[in-house]
Amino acid sequence: MTNTDLYRSRFGRLKALTGVARQRGVWRTYVLLAPAVCLMIATVMFPLISVVVMSTWSVSGYEIVKVSSLANYIEIASEPMYRVLTLRSLSVATLATLMTVLLCYPVAYYLAFHVRRHKSLWLVAMTLPFWTSYLLRIFAWKVILGYEGLLNSALLGLGLVDEPVKALLYSKTAVTFVLAHSWAAFVVMPIYLSLEKIDRSYLETAADLGDGPLRRFWRITLPLSLPGIAAAFFMMFVPTLCDYITPAMVGGPDAMMIGNLIQAMEGPMHNHPGGAALTVVMMLTIGLSGLVFVAVSRLVRR
Amino acid sequence: MASVTNPQRPNRLLAFYAAFFVIFLYFPVFLIMIFSFNDGVYVSFPLTGVTLDWYVDLLNREPLKQAFWNSLKVASAACVLSTILAIPAAIALSRPRIFGKKAVFGLVFLPLILPGLVLGIALLTLVTWLGLKLSLVTVTIGHVAICLPFAISVLLPRLEGGNLALTEASADLGEGPWWTFWRVTFPTIRLGILASLLATFSVSFDEFYMAFFLSGTDSTLPMYIWNQLRFPSELPPLLALATLVLVVSSVLVFISLRLARIGLPVRTGGIR
Repeated sequence: MTNTDLYRSRFGRLKALTGVARQRGVWRTYVLLAPAVCLMIATVMFPLISVVVMSTWSVSGYEIVKVSSLANYIEIASEPMYRVLTLRSLSVATLATLMTVLLCYPVAYYLAFHVRRHKSLWLVAMTLPFWTSYLLRIFAWKVILGYEGLLNSALLGLGLVDEPVKALLYSKTAVTFVLAHSWAAFVVMPIYLSLEKIDRSYLETAADLGDGPLRRFWRITLPLSLPGIAAAFFMMFVPTLCDYITPAMVGGPDAMMIGNLIQAMEGPMHNHPGGAALTVVMMLTIGLSGLVFVAVSRLVRR
Repeated sequence: MASVTNPQRPNRLLAFYAAFFVIFLYFPVFLIMIFSFNDGVYVSFPLTGVTLDWYVDLLNREPLKQAFWNSLKVASAACVLSTILAIPAAIALSRPRIFGKKAVFGLVFLPLILPGLVLGIALLTLVTWLGLKLSLVTVTIGHVAICLPFAISVLLPRLEGGNLALTEASADLGEGPWWTFWRVTFPTIRLGILASLLATFSVSFDEFYMAFFLSGTDSTLPMYIWNQLRFPSELPPLLALATLVLVVSSVLVFISLRLARIGLPVRTGGIR
């Protein structure tokens, strides 16, 4: 004890000496951060502010009229189409995310608790699709699910159906399913990381005290992995809510989502203020669902 | 760390499910690759024969070549710029107890959390407001913003280990900050920089949303693919193109993921 105390006091004096030098280094840290922070302010914060400002303007012909009003928002509130699309986006995103989390949890569990050899290979196999082109992965599904696509031709060839099944493509189900598939790699990782962190001695203690595997899972593993589940849920929910590639490719008119409308307004319709207002509404929706989500996960944890 | 004893016995059912999961994850892409070699004009079963025609077909398409070069230019610029910006930021963020660290983290990782659509529209709105012309430059700016969090997250684990102690030792021994960077920090993150360049290149090369909103008339490769999707007759060559893009970016990312882990301490649970 005395030895370490001595060491500590000496070390403390040394620290006090070098502390002066280190204080000088503090501003350097901020200089190092400055380029990245400036870039983020210029390319993320300013653009987001400009969306809010733009959303209060209006458009006449191809010209933007820079007079502030809430007209865009009043139109969004009064026109039922916007509500239908927002609610549909919310339901598709929620369903797809729930499905993906449920289907990915066992895989993450397997990776965390059962894989010993070639673990890094498993992890790379799980994360690789997430890094490759989203567009092309959705495109692959379009090729498979299409009216004259691979699945229909296989079903016809096997004699299971007499004519191509139309329902495979261009439906809300197709959108939900394809979203679930293409975000799976994204969802496994956060759940895996939270499971990996669980102290195995809790499980051993529980086993020693006579808890069976199901009880151990229910009382230890699941509650401790809730933060990972929450992260995974939100990480997938937000981008799927705003997706327009998937509905555009495998959705068809009845499965159009809010993202498609925003994209149409910003693109072919040249209505930047309208698109901006809808983007703001969408961001508010995300924020609101975030709050609901936090409230729900608090309730669950109790 | 003592090796973790697992109270659970090997679970066949779970192993089977996980294997099926991985196979299913790659199944659509796998089908695309197979059918890119099929010599039928329609993409449907049964497979009729093997051909390389669709790949040869890609070679004499001027718009495709242009889009490819555009993507190459944008991705090269974006990966170099984002990595250069990420190095100092990662060094700063690896230091413990700096004021406002959480806020900076939140800001820098915002492009990862914000949906591509929102970020693309936000930048488009600013560009429209400022009256700037849409070009490959605006796409590159957007890509640098998107790539920055990826670059930082690749570099950070390398710096968080023993680097701080080494740089302090170097400073105590009288080296200036530049020399300390070149002789201490740079060698420890060399592989990380390479991994970051590869990963951000691939992110930018495959990126769609920013390119969609910010590219104007100069289309990048994903934009070219998107525009070709309207024509059913273009499907077989597109499969060939998709195969090439997916294979190349998978290889790049695979190398990057391996590089990023070389020499890092083994975490509990044995992730290498």
